[in-house]
Amino acid sequence: MQLPIYLDYAATTPVDPRVAKAMAECLTLETNFGNPASRSHQFGWKAEEAVETARRNVADLIHCDPREIVWTSGATEADNLALKGAAHFHQRKGKHIITSKIEHKAVLDSCRQLEREGYEVTYLDPGSNGLISPEAVEQALRPDTILVSLMHVNNEIGVINDIQAIGEVTRKHKVLFHVDAAQSAGKLEIDLGKMQVDLLSLTAHKIYGPKGVGALYVRRKPRVRIEPQIHGGGHERGMRSGTLPTHQIVGMGEAYRIAREEMHEESRRTLALRNKLLHGLEDMEEVYVNGDLTHRAPGNLNISFNFVEGESLMMALRELALSSGSACTSASLEPSYVLRALGRNDELAHSSLRISIGRFTTEQDIDYAIGRIRNAVAKLRELSPLWDMYKDGVDLDQVQWAAH
Amino acid sequence: MAYSDKVLDHYENPRNVGRLDDSDANVGTGMVGAPACGDVMRLQIKVDRNNVIEEAKFKTYGCGSAIASSSLLTEWVKGRSLDDATQIRNKDIADELGLPPVKIHCSVLAEDAIKAAIADVRKKRDEAEG
Repeated sequence: MQLPIYLDYAATTPVDPRVAKAMAECLTLETNFGNPASRSHQFGWKAEEAVETARRNVADLIHCDPREIVWTSGATEADNLALKGAAHFHQRKGKHIITSKIEHKAVLDSCRQLEREGYEVTYLDPGSNGLISPEAVEQALRPDTILVSLMHVNNEIGVINDIQAIGEVTRKHKVLFHVDAAQSAGKLEIDLGKMQVDLLSLTAHKIYGPKGVGALYVRRKPRVRIEPQIHGGGHERGMRSGTLPTHQIVGMGEAYRIAREEMHEESRRTLALRNKLLHGLEDMEEVYVNGDLTHRAPGNLNISFNFVEGESLMMALRELALSSGSACTSASLEPSYVLRALGRNDELAHSSLRISIGRFTTEQDIDYAIGRIRNAVAKLRELSPLWDMYKDGVDLDQVQWAAH
Repeated sequence: MAYSDKVLDHYENPRNVGRLDDSDANVGTGMVGAPACGDVMRLQIKVDRNNVIEEAKFKTYGCGSAIASSSLLTEWVKGRSLDDATQIRNKDIADELGLPPVKIHCSVLAEDAIKAAIADVRKKRDEAEG
């Protein structure tokens, strides 16, 4: 077993060797290096062919038409293009947007920008399980609502929104529906023939493709119009200009092709490992799983160990690469806004670990992680005055803390 | 974040972890911080007849730097008089541990903790004598 063990697949994934091989064939003079937009020679034609094959592979995974795929630099750009592009195009119809408090920053910060431009945004509260209900969306709709943006799978807690049900609501009310699927594509079934989604953000690097490439799905029937955010050359049917990075796109296509073939088997395996991890930890005292456990992506576990602070826990777990909702591990010194939006108190938000499992995780990795986590939590609780107080029966909520 | 060797050493081998009997008039307790902020320190000192700190114990809920700051503090205060111990400044702790700017608040908390513990034992003694 190689240390440290990578358990942060929700942050990014290593590129699958098959993907790396395909990418390497699109770089040098001897390989497919041409500009896909070059129409006058075979270097261009060959590159274009590779890009279109990749486009088909991406489209096949989510059951849509290849012509509905617009390449971007990643899901962040796709989110920006979807939100700003749809808002700008439809501003005469209305200026109200609905999203949730636990979206990715790419969506939240785009919404903040739109607010500065004069749009109004409603930020829905998730339930304590982290889910947004179709009813909550319907109740928030107004006559001037133009767009609803919600994520399929949450990046921190892994919970799965019912996109199909929410899509029925938005379609009924003729409001555009954007979905950030960065964490779900290649892990969960996405069928755009059934889901009434208008815009869907994708990325390559969460599913064993390279960083720096993603896509926005833009529905053709009924046709969805967006205003481009990057101009210059009119690539991607005018929706996103810029020379297409053949090697990146080929990498994404290959990653999505592999995902289509192996997704079901892989999900079954990662779910088994996730459950093994959970069973190895859940008998400890004062342990809380954050977010719904049934409607949850297979590889995600987000768990709080009460009375233990997250950063010190990470420090004890240096052989494990994972992430924490603790303020100390973020640049902002604020604990996870996602856990707080679930109504988790600050202590539990500070005490959380996100463990995400993927293609290269083994049973031995999980056994090792369970042992390390149990030891670290026990050690830190021995050091924790809060644990003492809890054991003495003190109600910590009644204590007057000298906040600093 | 990269930790200094001294922070790592205190974190791996914390000194003087534990608790002292708070009902003892010679024991002072300083509890500072708040769980919501991610740091709580409990520092306890036991003082002899000559106002010299003969024992110090701590428990800390917080990041590695907070744990190291309180652990170091217990080493420093042992054998010092109360007056002498009030002279310890957060900067001394931060410098000794090589804390980065974002972790300075951990050393501030440690200074607050020793001050609170000293104030507590002084108050208890005054009450016992008074």
